[in-house]
Amino acid sequence: MYLFDQVPESAASAPLGQARQGFRGRIQAIAPAGGESSLLPAELERRLIELGFVEGAAVEILHEGAFGRDPIAVRVNHATIALRRREAMAILVS
Amino acid sequence: MNSTTGTWNCALVGTPNSGKTALFNALTGSRQKVANYPGVTVERKTGALMTPGGLSVAVVDLPGTYSLRARSPDEEITRDAVLGRLKSETTPDLLMCVADSTNLRLALRLVLELKRVGLPILLVLNMIDIARKRGVEIDVAAMSAALGVPVVTAVAIRKGGTMDLLARLDAMVGELRAPHRESVWNAPTAAELRAAQREADAILRVAVKMPAKPDTLTTRLDAVLLHPVAGLAILLALLFVMFQAVFSWAQPIMDLISSGFDWLGAQVHAVLPPGLLQSFVENGVISGVGSVIVFLPQILILFLFILLLEDLGYMARAAFLMDRIMGGAGLHGRAFIPLLSSFACAIPGIMATRVIDNKRDRLTTILVAPLMTCSARIPVYTLIIAAFVPARPVWGLFDLQGLVMFGLYAAGIVSALGVSFVAKYAFWRAEPSPPFMLELPDYKLPRPKSVLLGLFARAKAFLVRAGTTIFAMMMLVWFLASFPQAPAGATAPAIDYSLAAMIGRAIHPLLAPVGFTWQISVALIPGMAAREVAVAALGTVYSIQGGKEAAGAIGHVLAGQWSLATALALLAWYIFAPQCASTLAVIRRETGSWKWMAVTFGYMLALAYAAAFATYHIAVALGAG
Repeated sequence: MYLFDQVPESAASAPLGQARQGFRGRIQAIAPAGGESSLLPAELERRLIELGFVEGAAVEILHEGAFGRDPIAVRVNHATIALRRREAMAILVS
Repeated sequence: MNSTTGTWNCALVGTPNSGKTALFNALTGSRQKVANYPGVTVERKTGALMTPGGLSVAVVDLPGTYSLRARSPDEEITRDAVLGRLKSETTPDLLMCVADSTNLRLALRLVLELKRVGLPILLVLNMIDIARKRGVEIDVAAMSAALGVPVVTAVAIRKGGTMDLLARLDAMVGELRAPHRESVWNAPTAAELRAAQREADAILRVAVKMPAKPDTLTTRLDAVLLHPVAGLAILLALLFVMFQAVFSWAQPIMDLISSGFDWLGAQVHAVLPPGLLQSFVENGVISGVGSVIVFLPQILILFLFILLLEDLGYMARAAFLMDRIMGGAGLHGRAFIPLLSSFACAIPGIMATRVIDNKRDRLTTILVAPLMTCSARIPVYTLIIAAFVPARPVWGLFDLQGLVMFGLYAAGIVSALGVSFVAKYAFWRAEPSPPFMLELPDYKLPRPKSVLLGLFARAKAFLVRAGTTIFAMMMLVWFLASFPQAPAGATAPAIDYSLAAMIGRAIHPLLAPVGFTWQISVALIPGMAAREVAVAALGTVYSIQGGKEAAGAIGHVLAGQWSLATALALLAWYIFAPQCASTLAVIRRETGSWKWMAVTFGYMLALAYAAAFATYHIAVALGAG
């Protein structure tokens, strides 16, 4: 089981929702604070995981939308997921 | 297993874009049935197959999902069917989990979740040919050992690409006969999902070697197609080409069909003795049904574009590009796909809103979908534009008729965005907007066979409708326009004495303020059944009124009888009018309430009346009356 190998949140981690196109990094934590999305934090966390956003996965922002650089297209390991920046705020990356 | 027929029940489960439907088509061929699950409009596709070993299997294709944790009506069906909770369905004996071999990560997590259900599972690695071409190396034996379920590769779209799969089903017969384990499935928590995804990732590391570089073609295409400026420009250009194509490419074939029906009418005219029967067959049946069938080429071209874009994987990109723009109007990016389908027909469009998991978003999309210019409006628009708008080049590039058509489409889009904007700020201001999360699949070349199958299904549906609903309506219109017959020695045209004239004159006072003639009023009544029927009805009314020469060229007759203001008012009316009984019925079914059907009908009728009124009076004021 993987109960104990959660990567500790490092000081250098920042929300993916603030990163720019071309950013590459690894996911440190899925940590919805509540309020960033219309979903409850527990539900947002589950949906992000179901789309492959788990700690340790490699992410890269491939594309940004035309207006307000939103939404973003994110490469997660080998798949591409589109999501809005507000939900991406729950993904902490470094 | 069904003990009376000896048939095993197999459910196809998989993530979206896994090629599940292609596999279903390959396995069951023509032996499939499409219906709905009782009470909901989720499409239920079933088929049958026979393995080389003589195993008879009934296959059901379930909606795609990332997890059994259902979030939309579609996914609820998948969950309940897999868990045997649907009263109408037998519990499956076998789960066939379909995965895209080029994108296994999320699919493997789904397999781990499905294992908890306790049923035998077969994992099918679909599109293995594309994966090999891209340099993805899969150790099937290692994957099977790590997952603890049998794994088989397949190429759904190639002949013989499912032979291994069928052979494997025969090998599983022992497992099928053994008593099933109890289901220990429960909606997974975040921690369970996380653990399962890590386990899936660990299996991937052991069994799959991905190429160092991701699919370069998709990356390079996306660099242009998802570019903030170029991407949007390409999307708009694509839509524009689509409408020009619908209007100009179809013309030669339409002329051919039209002259074919004229010829048929002339034959009937020559063979049958003058009288009621001749009038019925010539004016009622041939000119009525013919005037609708003529639009088959346009509808097929529109569907061809939509099917190609869907198969290519572009639709999800379009949703990405449009998310912010649609969000400004209170719509979800995912609403783009249903709304685009509504250009063909609002019915599949409204049914496609099931992919929107948020109730409020889904309802807004359903409310505005009928405003998108569906293919049934094309006959009406074409007729009036051809009669009243001169075909002359504009800026040397475009055709004025094409531009007016584009303008009508644009008016539909703008009004749909406007209505959803008002709905958002009037009714749902307090609710925050739900998330937009969507996988962007790799581009894949559309398969001619599946596109043709899709086109064929649409053509069939349209012709069946022309042969039933529209035919019945035409008989009614002919009857109303022919009886009672004109008295002997009557001077006015025969139709002036008919029931149609009475009805038309009775409701004419309501429609006179918007510039409609009583003949339009008559045509609008059967036009409630389906928009294109109005064209056929006008054809019947004017051909009975004007005799043989009028039937051939309805457009000419209209140009002589209507003012430009009336024609423009009718175009404006048709942008909004809720003239489609089937759409209203689908809204009632999808929302589960008469209330939303009434709301849709009411607001569209009000907009239609207001738009036609304004158009008519402005046109008259400008001297077009």
